Amino acid sequence: MTTKEKSAQLPELIDPRGPRVTASITLIVLISAFLTHSTILVVVQLIQFTIGGFVSPKKAPYGLIYRKLVQPRLGGSFIGEDIRGPQFAQKVGFLFAALATIGAFTKVDLLFTIPVVFAIIAAFLNAVFDYCLGCQIYLLLQRATKR
Amino acid sequence: MRNLLTLVIVLLLSSAYGIWFRKTRGTMKAHSNPAVTEEEIGDSFGSRLTLLQFSSAFCTPCRATRALLGDITKGLSDVKHVDIDAESHLELVRKLDIRSTPTTLILDSRGVEVGRAVGAPKREQVVDAITPMDI
Repeated sequence: MTTKEKSAQLPELIDPRGPRVTASITLIVLISAFLTHSTILVVVQLIQFTIGGFVSPKKAPYGLIYRKLVQPRLGGSFIGEDIRGPQFAQKVGFLFAALATIGAFTKVDLLFTIPVVFAIIAAFLNAVFDYCLGCQIYLLLQRATKR
Repeated sequence: MRNLLTLVIVLLLSSAYGIWFRKTRGTMKAHSNPAVTEEEIGDSFGSRLTLLQFSSAFCTPCRATRALLGDITKGLSDVKHVDIDAESHLELVRKLDIRSTPTTLILDSRGVEVGRAVGAPKREQVVDAITPMDI
């Protein structure tokens, strides 16, 4: 079975509290960006999503903050989470942040506001309700794009 | 000020959605769909019931669901747990209108759906749904 084959490849597992802390920092940064209409904050968030989505969530700034500052204080054990889930979510975030950045630099107000609001919703659901964005939209994307 | 109001409204609506989402995930509901065949799932059915789980590669609740359903069916000879990768069964996914993972269907011995849970199912509900009525 394919699922078994995939798990046999042993995907990298990470501490699931990491993505949740990342989502919380993201939420604060995006809300601040939205309220102050800050270009710098959106660019900061774009950098986070770029590294988190295309390199590794562990190597992205908020992931490093979690591993250096938060995780050592938490201790305890955890059930590992497949790194590809959070990485997919960071890629989705990248799309929103990229649009918002374009909106900020071109001074097109709605192109800034709408993507930021969507990213705020996603980060909020992730941080507060442990919402798995990949579980909700990944299959729909597959259904829509593949035969 | 207008931004702040927008933000408050957005967060309130998101909370409402989040609470609804939490409440409805994993609850068993009846659906009527075309019957599934053993060829389609690439495995044989359980003699009385089959718990057919659709998973995707990197979904954390799928792992929890796999463990739960495996545990529930462990001691049962007539109920089988089959876990399939949704991505590699897209035709079946469309036929049964599976939209997110994990989704678990309860199939009878002929492959007819008698219930489904979207999201990680709740233990008591699964146990209730697979316990034979005619005792």
